Amino acid sequence: MSEAALPPLETQGPRFGIKKPEQRQDIQGDLSDAARVDTAMREFVRDFGAVAATYMESCVHCGMCAEACPFYVETGDPKYTPIWKIEPFKQAYKREVSPFAFFMRAFNLKRKVTLEELEQWQELIYDSCTMCGRCTLICPMGIDIASLVGLARHGMHKAGLVPHELWAAAERAEREGSPLGATPKVFKERVEWMGDESGVAMHMDLEQADVLVTMSSIEIQKYPQALAAVAKVLNHMGLSWTFRSDGYEATNFGLLSGNADWQKDMSLKLINAAIACKAKVLLLPECGHAYSAMRWAGANVYGKPLPFKVRHISEFLGEHVADGSIRVKKDLETTVTFHDPCQVARRGGVFDAPRRVLAALGAEVRELQDSRGMSWCCGGGGGVISIHRADAIRYKAFQIKMRQVDATGAAMLVTSCSNCRLSFDDSQAHFHWDKTAHSLLEAVADHLDDAPPEPAAAAPSPGSTTP
Amino acid sequence: MDLLSFARGPALQWALVIFVLGSLWRLAGILLLRRKPDYAEPRSRATWRGALKLVVTRTWSRREFRASTAFGQSLGYVFHMGLVVVVFGFVPHILFIHSLTGLQWPGLPSSIVYVSGALTVAALVAALVRRLSHPVLRLLSNFDDYFSWLVTVTPVATGLLAVAHLGARYETLLAVHILSVCLLLAWLPFGKLMHVFLVFISRGTTGALFARKGAST
Repeated sequence: MSEAALPPLETQGPRFGIKKPEQRQDIQGDLSDAARVDTAMREFVRDFGAVAATYMESCVHCGMCAEACPFYVETGDPKYTPIWKIEPFKQAYKREVSPFAFFMRAFNLKRKVTLEELEQWQELIYDSCTMCGRCTLICPMGIDIASLVGLARHGMHKAGLVPHELWAAAERAEREGSPLGATPKVFKERVEWMGDESGVAMHMDLEQADVLVTMSSIEIQKYPQALAAVAKVLNHMGLSWTFRSDGYEATNFGLLSGNADWQKDMSLKLINAAIACKAKVLLLPECGHAYSAMRWAGANVYGKPLPFKVRHISEFLGEHVADGSIRVKKDLETTVTFHDPCQVARRGGVFDAPRRVLAALGAEVRELQDSRGMSWCCGGGGGVISIHRADAIRYKAFQIKMRQVDATGAAMLVTSCSNCRLSFDDSQAHFHWDKTAHSLLEAVADHLDDAPPEPAAAAPSPGSTTP
Repeated sequence: MDLLSFARGPALQWALVIFVLGSLWRLAGILLLRRKPDYAEPRSRATWRGALKLVVTRTWSRREFRASTAFGQSLGYVFHMGLVVVVFGFVPHILFIHSLTGLQWPGLPSSIVYVSGALTVAALVAALVRRLSHPVLRLLSNFDDYFSWLVTVTPVATGLLAVAHLGARYETLLAVHILSVCLLLAWLPFGKLMHVFLVFISRGTTGALFARKGAST
């Protein structure tokens, strides 16, 4: 299917996606079948280094990774075994670039991957993998399968083999600056609107600020109260901060869809905006993959260390609640369970900060049976929430989380990822569930203690955030 | 040249050459690939400690996974430890390794080695049955899995037959046993058995990278 013939996108509904994709396997561009396969394989190995090769060589086919994957656990279908999701790419690696590639080709021990196989695998690489990385924790060889799925997505994108909604969202983000229509104009309007509505002072396009605040398009469009919440907290701290219309969108659909060039463009917008306003901290919103894209990949995209610190809003809140520069009322007197977003917690190392915040708010935290690094994915990460045809399997994967949340008996569910919230909201509606996921940031903003601080309280320093 | 002389002589020498050169080639082909510098501000610089930690701790499953991995992992423990006991505890093997390398250590009583060998074969047979019957394993398995199983179980089985003098003349059994070891050595660099080396590299790589981020391992 050519790009011009793609079905229109519905982006104004409760979630983005098209209702009835015209075909199960989506294709972009006009490459020939052979060129598509060659491009997929070439782009897959383009960024191949010692780490990816080590992983590719190490699998012993023990199958244990299946037991860590929500898509396998809830369906029992072996095709959802994490390492199987990259099987064509494993085959291509062995045939094309492995140390014994010559033998593989000479004796055809590993045959060439076909377009039909790649089309079949589109569902496994995109629809049923959120790159949550839980399988990395069970693999006896320690293979980080999620990172290999990321590389496989590079190949799939260049070959034009991306699920249509995800491709279109990424293309729109590259073209307009946001996958959900939060253009700079829309962003400015919504910031102004939320400022007026909440009575909170907003800062836009300041030439100099210590903190550059970025947002997720999901927050801008669906949870705009987050704009007011972050402003309220930073004003409470007395920090110099700003939104920038030239660098605000933290979600990175380049990363999610597998287009490394778009990923770089999207990251550089934020980096350049932070440099332009001489920020000491680039504050990332409640978004998991935004954290991976900027906190861990941002400097590598930039090609050198970043001249500012990158912090997720939850670790920022945790640190400044602890040092007293954010003062909260301890009156959230309820039981709370916390959903750890995969990219922030398991793969990002932020575990204690949100719990410290909840404790400061006076909540009694009831941990999920599997929490912190072992937390189950909501099922909607990695761009899966944007793929409409994946809804059915996403709902299945979500049921683990639903059972575990119910088992805690907690009155309130909190998380620190708007993509997770979107996934929870959508699944809540689907299952007519009685739990709503709340934002950690908004919980803090709603319970700020604006009484004058004790004289001994130290002035906050945005750059003091410890690594 | 009789079969035993052939097995002890040229077959073993060529197998060792293939084993050493093949392993070095494969390891070099992986490890000499480029490593991109990581400019992200690290959460921890204790990457070596992270690597060593994961090499050790991934030897057993995390508590949350134990129920689902217990059977498969138990089989793995039995045949891996059984192989260690048989290969490095049996006095004739120690003498053989001594003749090659000059290294020597005390052996285990033969009865313990025989029991370990029998348990190893039993566990390997159970692992094969599981591979053939478990939907996930059946889907993942390819020639490498089955051939690697064969070249692993054969030396143990032929070794047990040789010490029990069952099935043929002792010299013939011994020759077949040594030839099966040759096959194992010659195949090792090309298939999944290479995990005897790669397990440390792969776990260590993830351990180091994840320690830098403070991520879960």
